[in-house]
Amino acid sequence: MSNTVSTAPKTEAAARTATAKGGQRDKALAWLTAPALFFFVAFAVVPLAGVLILSFASWDGIGAIGSAGLGNWFSVLADPGLYNALGLTFLIMIASWLVQTPISLLLGVFTAGSQRYRAALAVLYFLPLLLSSAAVAIAFKALLDPNFGLATGLGLPFLAQDWLGVPHLAVGLVIFVIAWQFVPFHTLIYQGGVRQIPKSLYEAAEIDGAGTIKQFFHITLPQLKYTIITSSTLMVVGSLTYFDLIFVLTGGGPGNSTRILALDMYLRGFRANLMGPASVIAVILVLIGLALALFLQRLGGKDKQGSQLEGM
Amino acid sequence: MSTVLKSSAEETSAGAPTNPAAPKRGLGSRMRRLNVPAGLGGWIWLAIIIIPVYYVVITSLKTQAGYFGQNPLALPTEPTLENYQMVLEADFAKYFMNSTIVTLGAVIPTVLISFMAAFAIVRGKGRFLKLVNGMFLMGLAIPLQATIIPIYLMIIRLNLYDSLLALMLPSIAFAIPLTVLILSNFIRDVPNELFESMRLDGCSEWQTMWRLALPLTRPAIVTVAIYNGLHVWNGFLLPLVLTQSPGLRVLPLALWTFQGEYSVNIPAVLASVVLSTLPILVLYVVGRRQLLSGLTAGFSK
Repeated sequence: MSNTVSTAPKTEAAARTATAKGGQRDKALAWLTAPALFFFVAFAVVPLAGVLILSFASWDGIGAIGSAGLGNWFSVLADPGLYNALGLTFLIMIASWLVQTPISLLLGVFTAGSQRYRAALAVLYFLPLLLSSAAVAIAFKALLDPNFGLATGLGLPFLAQDWLGVPHLAVGLVIFVIAWQFVPFHTLIYQGGVRQIPKSLYEAAEIDGAGTIKQFFHITLPQLKYTIITSSTLMVVGSLTYFDLIFVLTGGGPGNSTRILALDMYLRGFRANLMGPASVIAVILVLIGLALALFLQRLGGKDKQGSQLEGM
Repeated sequence: MSTVLKSSAEETSAGAPTNPAAPKRGLGSRMRRLNVPAGLGGWIWLAIIIIPVYYVVITSLKTQAGYFGQNPLALPTEPTLENYQMVLEADFAKYFMNSTIVTLGAVIPTVLISFMAAFAIVRGKGRFLKLVNGMFLMGLAIPLQATIIPIYLMIIRLNLYDSLLALMLPSIAFAIPLTVLILSNFIRDVPNELFESMRLDGCSEWQTMWRLALPLTRPAIVTVAIYNGLHVWNGFLLPLVLTQSPGLRVLPLALWTFQGEYSVNIPAVLASVVLSTLPILVLYVVGRRQLLSGLTAGFSK
């Protein structure tokens, strides 16, 4: 180390003043992050630590907070309800991804075209995003009424089912309504992605005589790789938070057939007043979210990690 | 100046449609061949989107008798605004005000402080700023809903339970990661020469931020403001957990309780759904171009 100093004292000094200046500037800039940092730490990071601590506590939501040691963890992990909720969460996540990705990808490619009517369609596609999940859930409940809803209106008797009363129908319905609400957003993401693909690629392909389908699989799809990862990440991590919609639409029922993790957490915590076990569920939710995000990032290749996150 | 900037932002985000003439032809002809199945799919999806919306709107205009007696998709024979009147009389104005206060009270600080943070993250180099950025990025991956129990505890301890402020504080925190991300993407696109020339003119970073970065980032700011506004306006879990007085209900929560109380009167319930969406629809119509081009650029880089 002393060697370096003695061989290049001049450059060392120059570098030091440069970093000192840069350091000062960085210090000034660092202060600009203070308010955002404060809010984020106070209401996101601290609660994140808090939920871990509360998972070892016994608390009914009102009274004093006691210690439960590992008790909550043992009781939750031994509870078949957890595995039901976990299974459902993953089922809805995977089904949502499988349903939404192809639809929004194709719609995105379609609406990226230049005719005016496609722009108009894209505007209408966006409508569900303006509705709150509560509004969407309430609307679909009315819509699915076997006597006064869509089934009668369209003359499609197969739609006249007891959607909210039969477990597998309710799960299917939840997946459909989620797609109804969120496909538009992902369509928009894909539309943007498609528009950033250089036109010259298609022109070259056209000269080579590649057809539409070939172009789609050899140009569009590979070029959309990072868009697919961005959209999938938002979709998959977002699926952990479909609380509002399911809460209003089915309340977790019939039975526990649509009681996903987030809902399970709410019902245990704020309905059954078992904040400790509910916190255990919350911790599991956080771990799953982080694991999924990291996994999806890996899919995109390590070298591109930074830019991918930027794209999110 | 702002129109120039706006059009340039639109061009980067939405390339093809704003670029007229030549290169579009190639894409156009390519798309035309996709047309039949794709077009069909597009129209089918449109029907899936529109029929429920149509159903909600026309049902909200029906009388109880019309609702029970008519084909559900038929236009009301005697359209009535009675349902709307009923909803409006049921304290809708108060819920609307609550929603407005919470939304503005969350969105304005969010955008302001996120902009400052995004500027620092783009302009600075140090390890600290990298760490801050990394933390915000990680926030994107965490389902922040999972923190609702400690937030509930904190809000009680801060003596803020059952207040509108209780809804704003976590909303701000929840919105910061994505807002910083989108804004920093935009600030990064500002040519470095502009920053350099500001520096040569002797401007501090503070001045550069307000006089250069802010005006240049305006389209993105409008975008994140609308996007966050949408989220806060439609938020359900925070109000459900952090408030209890009927007088402090925000619209989604009011919808839900209204539905519980008036489940026999479906037209009235659906009128409340329409009413709760109207303000957002108006906002969307006004800021649509901004929102779409901004979101496109923000998400699909």
